[in-house]
Amino acid sequence: MDNIILEMRGITKTFPGVKALDNVSFKVREGEIHALVGENGAGKSTLMKVLSGVYPAGTYEGEIHYDGKLRQFSTISDSEDLGIIIIHQELALVPLLSIAENIFLGNEVAEKGIIHWPQTFARTQELLKKVGLNESPATLITDIGVGKQQLVEIAKALSKKVRLLILDEPTASLNENDSDALLKLLMEFRSQGMTSIIISHKLNEIKKVADQITILRDGGTVETLDCHKEEVGEDRIINGMVGRAMEDRYPPREPKIGDTLLEVKNWNVYHQHHRDRQFLHDVSFKVRAGEVVGIAGLMGAGRTETAMSIFGRSWGHKITGDVTMRGKPVDVSTIPKAIKAGLAYVTEDRKQLGLVLINNIMHNTTLSNLGAVSSNGVIDERKEARVASDYRSKLRIRSHSIYQEAVNLSGGNQQKVVLSKWLFTNPEVLILDEPTRGIDIGAKYEIYTIINQLAAEGKGILMISSEMPELLGTCDRIYVMNEGRIVAELSKEEASQESIMRAIMRSGEKH
Amino acid sequence: MVADTSTQTTKPSIGDYLRNNIREYGLLVALVIIMLFFQFVTNGVLFRPVNITNLVLQNSFIVIMALGMLLIIVAGHIDLSVGSIVAFIGAISAIMLVKWGLPAFVVVPACLVVGGIMGAAQGYWVAYQKIPAFIVTLAGMLVFRGMTYVVLGGRPIGPFPKEFQILSTGFVPDFLYFLNPSPDLIKNMVALVAVLLLVGYAIYAGLRNRRINEQHGSENEPFIFFAIQMAVIGVVALFIGFQLSTYRGLPNVLIVMGVLIALYTFVTSRSTVGRRIYAMGGNEKAAKLSGINTERLTFYAFVNMGALAALAGMIITARLNSATPKAGVGFELDVIAACFIGGASASGGVGKITGAVIGALIMGVMNNGMSIMGIGIDYQQLIKGLVLLAAVFFDVYNKNKGKG
Repeated sequence: MDNIILEMRGITKTFPGVKALDNVSFKVREGEIHALVGENGAGKSTLMKVLSGVYPAGTYEGEIHYDGKLRQFSTISDSEDLGIIIIHQELALVPLLSIAENIFLGNEVAEKGIIHWPQTFARTQELLKKVGLNESPATLITDIGVGKQQLVEIAKALSKKVRLLILDEPTASLNENDSDALLKLLMEFRSQGMTSIIISHKLNEIKKVADQITILRDGGTVETLDCHKEEVGEDRIINGMVGRAMEDRYPPREPKIGDTLLEVKNWNVYHQHHRDRQFLHDVSFKVRAGEVVGIAGLMGAGRTETAMSIFGRSWGHKITGDVTMRGKPVDVSTIPKAIKAGLAYVTEDRKQLGLVLINNIMHNTTLSNLGAVSSNGVIDERKEARVASDYRSKLRIRSHSIYQEAVNLSGGNQQKVVLSKWLFTNPEVLILDEPTRGIDIGAKYEIYTIINQLAAEGKGILMISSEMPELLGTCDRIYVMNEGRIVAELSKEEASQESIMRAIMRSGEKH
Repeated sequence: MVADTSTQTTKPSIGDYLRNNIREYGLLVALVIIMLFFQFVTNGVLFRPVNITNLVLQNSFIVIMALGMLLIIVAGHIDLSVGSIVAFIGAISAIMLVKWGLPAFVVVPACLVVGGIMGAAQGYWVAYQKIPAFIVTLAGMLVFRGMTYVVLGGRPIGPFPKEFQILSTGFVPDFLYFLNPSPDLIKNMVALVAVLLLVGYAIYAGLRNRRINEQHGSENEPFIFFAIQMAVIGVVALFIGFQLSTYRGLPNVLIVMGVLIALYTFVTSRSTVGRRIYAMGGNEKAAKLSGINTERLTFYAFVNMGALAALAGMIITARLNSATPKAGVGFELDVIAACFIGGASASGGVGKITGAVIGALIMGVMNNGMSIMGIGIDYQQLIKGLVLLAAVFFDVYNKNKGKG
């Protein structure tokens, strides 16, 4: 067990103007699961890119010892040849090719350029069995869910004789069942002697599987914790990550709840693509002034679809049901009308759907309400700059100016820009879809603080989240969704991880 | 990987600034170098008054169409049909003017409307039916070319009445002749005065803008760049204005072109419509979820392109004094190339009117210069193709270098 398979010594990597890694040391024992944690921007991904040869030898300082020898990888295939395989957060699969084609992409079972299909399928079948995926090798990637796609990536890694498997945020887009299955698989691999490095923000998962935990902060190694020698609690890890004790991960709030703002009744929606399939069934809920309401549920429960179908019918078709605002029916059939009715929707995917990444902070901030900074279609640039500066300081967006492009901001700051955009439309009800996904703990706290401020101003907040502790920590009331239905409504007192899961499981039995 | 930089608001150095804006300055420098090069190899023919006038007349329609094409490209689309629209508008203007004897003041607006409708006919499929613009406008290119043959019956129509030709071959009359200090040298005083006023205003407006920016704490380009830029543009403009004034003065199309350039620069940089087009091209889904009617915006971008192509069609038809079914063949490629040389991105969301105009001028000067040198059309195409590739490579290279 004490055989060191990988040792990175004194790794320093500089980008123009930024020292991304500063004398980082990192040691991994053979046959263990080693977790790498740290806030966004701490240097985890950069370290793994140095290891895998994305940044070739010579562009960084320090040494990499793998399998007892000093290694200098100049390309990714150099490291892959030695069994170091990295699975990135954004999966690198071709959606319109089959599972088998994807697994052997670039590494085809072929002779003189002619693919041997029977053998390809046979070997794929074998690999799928190893990762516990019950799908035909001919199934297209686009037809299976993210959880299964993740397994295909792992099968692909196995096909390359992997010895050291690196997973970057493998469970970020998975629901709890799929996450559990994935973690179990990792533990099974461990028992077969494979080594893995897992980068994750989900501390509870890390606690479950990791043998050792290395914490990075601001480009340096803070410490490596051995989970078998000491009891490592979440607070202990967070402490190391943020460099300060985080007494409470959720800022306190005294709810002052007023009248009902948004009420949705009997909301029925058919699937966007499978047009004869009803996706949402009689969804009804309400959000009151000053209230933070959560929607819990597994992935695919219909939470995002509910929000998007209400917000200007951005999803689904054959939509029926009533939407009222302060008791009066409102027309939300297009996005401009929904905005006018006082709704704002902060999407779960801020890069694809929330921001124009190549535009600057200012342009993103005013995009939804350009009318307020212009007259007769001509933009008043001074006014616009003032508005953007106000939000930048109010929401504490860290950037060198409002003219910085959104693409160069960290996840937390990008999310704040999206929030700025929607706050500038002065909505009554904000729908926040996974508002803290992929952003670090410090920034999460700031987002929660903003949510509390908005509630204190009398706005209604509807928060969709897959992280149950987050819902429990911030919401006054939680709806539980499953399979397109609202299956429970829990008050703050009733709500707990157990009660939410129970509601989901019980509703599953009924259908 | 962005560190907390809120504390370090140090001014970027001049070197940093140059690196970040190399594209814009590079384009201007390239234009000047190309001009000087041809001036040298043609033994000074390029900048002769008559040739400058020719340059303007030959390239105005490319510049005008590049304005519309830039909006289309920024919106994330492409329009291959403009050459065919040019031909069709030429044909129907000929029929209305020559065969039906309608007056020009009826025909010109009618043609603009028809061009707009042709754009709308394509914009509908792109915007509302979500068919890729490449395919829709490829179809449009064939359909409109076919329609041109049909209405012309395969035969050219001409000549045109004088009042229509003024559009492309007329000059602004010299109503300021009494100011002329040296009638032997200067033949048209309006050109000189207009250019002087324009350069003066540009410097004044630039300085005022810098002052206001400073007051509001927004970013200014380093003064040295501002000064050099103004000096280069000022000297070139004054020189060209002077040369024109020694010949026949300002061509009417130059005025039309100048007004349109100013208008579209304003629309792209200051109007809500312009801003929305950039946002849509940068990320259509995000723009849509921000409450922007992306379909309508796309539709009108094509209507606008159609109308500008119609204007260009009338200008070139009036200049050739004949409507032929082969008019405008290959124009779409020059127009699109101008936009890409000018720094527009094929994936949308990026591009400037000034870039497209300079891109069109680079193409125009090269066409003209190579023709004077007696280089055949075969080699001209080859060289233009390489210049396009080089310009776009320069973009990609810069972008990748920026990523580090």
